[in-house]
Amino acid sequence: MIRFLLNDQPVCAHQPGTLPALDFVRDHQHLRGTKTGCREGDCGACTVLLGELDAAENVVRYKSMTSCLLPLANVAGKHLVTIEGLNLSPQPHHLNRAQQAIVDCGGTQCGFCTVGFAVSLAGHCLTSSGAPTYAQTVASIDGNICRCTGYKSLERAAAQLTAELAGLPAAEPLPWLTENGFIPAYFTGVAKKLASIQQSSPSHPPTLSPSHPLTFLAGGTDLLVQRPEAMLTTATANLFDQTTLRGIQRTGDEIRIGAATTAQEMMDSEVLGAAMSGLRRFMKLISSTPIRQMGTLGGNLCNASPIGDLTSWFLALDAELTISDGLGNERTLPLRQFYTGYKQLAKVRTEFLMSISFAAPKGVFNFEKVSKRTHLDIASVNSSAVLASDANGIVSEAAISAGGVGPIPLFLTRTSAFLIGRKLSDETMLAANEIAQQEISPIADARGTEAYKRLLLRQLLRAHAVEAASGSRKRQATHNTSETLAACSLKLAAP
Amino acid sequence: MQNLDSHQHTRGESVYLDDIPVRQGTLYAAVYDSPIAHGILNSLDLTAAENYPGVFRILTYKDIPGENQIGGIVPDEPALAEHHVHFRGQPVALVLAETDAIARHARTLIKADITPLPIITDPREAAAQGELIVPARTFRCGDVAQAWPRCAHVFEGVAESGGQEHLYLETQGAYGYPTEHGSIRLYSSTQGPTAVQRHAARVLGVGMHQIEVDVTRLGGGFGGKEDQATPWAVLVALAVQVLRRPVKLVLHRMDDLRMTGKRHPYSSDFKIGLDKELKIIAYEVDFYQNAGASADLSPAVLERTLFHCTNTYFIPNVRATATSCRTNLPPNTAFRGFGGPQGMYVIEAAIAHAAEALGVPKRLIQERNLLQDGDTFPFGQVAEQAQARACWHDAIQRFDLHKLETDAAEFNKNNSLKKRGVSLMPICFGISFTKTLMNQGRALVHIYMDGSVGVSTGAVEMGQGVNTKMAQVAARVLGIPLARIKLESTNTTRVANTSPSAASATADLNGNAVRMACEALRERLIALAARESQCAPEVIELLDQRVVISGAASAMSWENLVGLAYVNRIALTESAHYATPRINFDAKTETGHPFAYHVFGTAITVATVDCLRGTYELDAVHISHDFGTSMNTDVDLGQIEGGLVQGIGWMTLEDVVYNAEGRLLANALSTYKIPDIYSVPKEINVHFLPTPPAALAVFGSKAVGEPPLMYGIGAWFALREAMRAFKPSMALPFVTPMTPERVLTGLYAADPARVEEEVEAEQTISVEAED
Repeated sequence: MIRFLLNDQPVCAHQPGTLPALDFVRDHQHLRGTKTGCREGDCGACTVLLGELDAAENVVRYKSMTSCLLPLANVAGKHLVTIEGLNLSPQPHHLNRAQQAIVDCGGTQCGFCTVGFAVSLAGHCLTSSGAPTYAQTVASIDGNICRCTGYKSLERAAAQLTAELAGLPAAEPLPWLTENGFIPAYFTGVAKKLASIQQSSPSHPPTLSPSHPLTFLAGGTDLLVQRPEAMLTTATANLFDQTTLRGIQRTGDEIRIGAATTAQEMMDSEVLGAAMSGLRRFMKLISSTPIRQMGTLGGNLCNASPIGDLTSWFLALDAELTISDGLGNERTLPLRQFYTGYKQLAKVRTEFLMSISFAAPKGVFNFEKVSKRTHLDIASVNSSAVLASDANGIVSEAAISAGGVGPIPLFLTRTSAFLIGRKLSDETMLAANEIAQQEISPIADARGTEAYKRLLLRQLLRAHAVEAASGSRKRQATHNTSETLAACSLKLAAP
Repeated sequence: MQNLDSHQHTRGESVYLDDIPVRQGTLYAAVYDSPIAHGILNSLDLTAAENYPGVFRILTYKDIPGENQIGGIVPDEPALAEHHVHFRGQPVALVLAETDAIARHARTLIKADITPLPIITDPREAAAQGELIVPARTFRCGDVAQAWPRCAHVFEGVAESGGQEHLYLETQGAYGYPTEHGSIRLYSSTQGPTAVQRHAARVLGVGMHQIEVDVTRLGGGFGGKEDQATPWAVLVALAVQVLRRPVKLVLHRMDDLRMTGKRHPYSSDFKIGLDKELKIIAYEVDFYQNAGASADLSPAVLERTLFHCTNTYFIPNVRATATSCRTNLPPNTAFRGFGGPQGMYVIEAAIAHAAEALGVPKRLIQERNLLQDGDTFPFGQVAEQAQARACWHDAIQRFDLHKLETDAAEFNKNNSLKKRGVSLMPICFGISFTKTLMNQGRALVHIYMDGSVGVSTGAVEMGQGVNTKMAQVAARVLGIPLARIKLESTNTTRVANTSPSAASATADLNGNAVRMACEALRERLIALAARESQCAPEVIELLDQRVVISGAASAMSWENLVGLAYVNRIALTESAHYATPRINFDAKTETGHPFAYHVFGTAITVATVDCLRGTYELDAVHISHDFGTSMNTDVDLGQIEGGLVQGIGWMTLEDVVYNAEGRLLANALSTYKIPDIYSVPKEINVHFLPTPPAALAVFGSKAVGEPPLMYGIGAWFALREAMRAFKPSMALPFVTPMTPERVLTGLYAADPARVEEEVEAEQTISVEAED
């Protein structure tokens, strides 16, 4: 039995915890406003909000999620909000400010995607701390696809809403939001209701037994895409809400990230941001806002996709995994030894990932990813690099990973070693590429031919050099010297 | 004025097919489709599936009481496969179960014994083997053979345009239940309710009067539900008929992607000849259309390719041949533009090829050849009210093409890794169904005794705002506010024998019918008001819900007048039929006047390519468009911006990939990418160019659905220009879409003729990043 608040009503769900929240609200609660578009988190027509009580602050923190991939188990004790729960009243023309902005700007054509946009924008009102920027408002709808395709009118709606949120107070925004017609009044009582629901149904950590192994389920963004029907009858150990598996801490030079930490939490982390300049820019290349709010670091690593984006990062950063057997025993393993074959991991089925740790990079961290669509897409090839060079531009540290060019996510051991002691330049990278080409074994698929993937990796290696030089330049600029820059410059030959 | 549905759209209260509350006892259907692209279907083993708990029945072609045929133009498409399968995804059996999940699981237990046959996926290979859907067609004007010797320059080449998945966010589906006297009510997410009704009746062996089809709205269609909503509705009707139970079938996304056809890929050969002044003297083109496994709408799509093969240019000598090729892919079908975009891409490629070879800007050749009034299209229609030059010149002046080009040149001088390109894309699109008989529309208008109005038409609302326009027409003619008017669902029992909502003509055909029905009602009411007021009907108007006599408001309100009409036993219901006048086409001579009018426009596109990574951004698209007198600028702006972005998707990132076995590789939203909010042009400017209202457009407001899609072709050529700025020697083939793969490969592929030099001169780049 899963208890939670659905809009303004407490509900008890008797369905399996692996049932997508989408099917629960549409088929079991007959709330038909939420639409089924793709069932893989790619279109956003099914967007809902999930509010989690922060008991310490006595506030509810909302996140937009695609309900097609949201396992009901992850809703337990929370506030699930569908479009019906964002309408200000049952009156057909009574619109909240996000809805009004969409209408005013002609942001709806066939209307099928509209609900998702309306939910995302209403959620944005709820989650903004103080007046948001236009870019932040647009980012809130970056997981919503409109095929008709009214993005320009939706951008205009985003601009209108941003202007209307100019007065949003950073502290205690709820009363302001309800009084000004952004969200319904009942939201002010949600924290109290959630506290009472949680009191009556405390969550328990999963009980694990080697004889009856459970399938580990975190954000659901891979498993519910890969085998939605089988998951309905699969016994799971749910990791998403295990507070001990969440969070990002820095101790000295070591950074530790809990395996159930979401990509969005990483994106918003000050600790990570301080250690990796460009964090937000790189994260923007990884999925969309709702998926980042569901997908976890551990899930990304354990899914073992040869093209996993976070996997690529942490291979370059030489992260170490802490793995638990669920019975209180832990062991550690370098991520670079975690992948043994296509979708094969160096762990037994009853083990799960607890956290990863890595040293804050001393060199410039860079992430390169090229996909058909720049955002919310899977890479054709991705690559991460940590490159450090001395004042003469000589590489002192090099670690480069490459995804999408083999059956497992690769750390380019020989390529990385080759770079040490050489001058950071395009020629060096082209020479390093000769080695990289021997380390990889791409195959042709929907994301590109083999020849393209080989060419693309070469280009991404060159891009690493450009970005590293740029990163060094920025660092040097703060020290009022341009020696490194001068050392790195090369002539451009005509194509 | 906003779309009438917009309030309820944002509130999640608009009802789509999957939202209709189901009746008790509803069975859920799943389609078992062929796992092989071509073969002999020896047998089907249904035992395990039939025995699976919760499975009610599995239907095959043997259960069809009528004719197993749903081909619209050519009878070559069975509803359920009999002895052969012709594409992966072809429906073979229909599983009916208590739940959707059970039905979907049970179909995995079905086993088909299929003897594989050779698979063709390439249209030229199909043509070589004589696998044609219909005989090839040729449009001719002038005499190309005599023209070639007069040309100063002649160029030949090949152009290939890719397919495009519709990706309507609402997947295909239908819901039906038995009604009295052996009839069936069908809810279908279709652009063509009559097509569904006709084919369901045919397959069931009953009269069309036994099948009622009702459509409230579609969650996107774009042509994908013109003909291809039919199979699913017919299968539901079959199950309802056999079992006399309510049946629901909504395709899951991956089923939809696998089983339905897409925009036709084309492979084409062109030959273009110009004189010294860059006037195009002659053009020859051979189009090979990849039709898929059955005709569907392919012959009609093919025809429109020919109609638009010269885009907006006047070419005196043309020979254009189009061949519809049968391959083992799902039947390709209508998609916004309907073959027009494919034809236009080839002429634009030919012009680009000539311009690059001659070392002149492409726009110079484009501009020299723009159509004028009095010029003849290759099919004999004479251009009237041609706005080609007006739009072109307005665009380059209004948006300062000179500055855009010099800015791009400056940018390219200052950046070695990023390059910018500018393109112009003029369009000319003919409005009307090219099959003349389809250009008819009907409307049924009731004025209720309280003065409120219900309007039914044959138009299907799918986001294009046609219902809003219909209400505007009624409001304007009757002099009442929109709040008094309700647009009813599209239902075959209220408006029969409809043409599908397609060809951009829906508002014209149905809107003119609404206008005629309302005018007849108005005339009747005015006659009554004249009798009551003792004045001539000529001085009476209905304005703002009031009877206005000689320009002055009278005491009689709209409600009074309607009430009086009822009391006087005057008919307050009117049905009207509109048939577009003047249009004709003779398929024997391939000449005539098939279009009511043409729509023109010009788009300027600016694109920037990251030449290190092969990625790109579209900086801006500036459009000057010929709307006539737009009756709804909000709706029309949405159509222009939306059509443009869809066209850009087709030309850039949307990549329909099948392998040699006919299996769709881009089979989910994770592998088939359509534009998201970050991939649209950063800036889109649309200028509503004041142009004369077209006489045959409803209230002079020109059709707007399809034409803007072709502006998207400009994105491909802007990217090409940017790439040429990086690598002037580039020999990039004319192949779409321009994915990052094609960009990078184009930028770095060795020129076959100069392979050794290229290797020698392996370029290096500055690792200095640019801002």
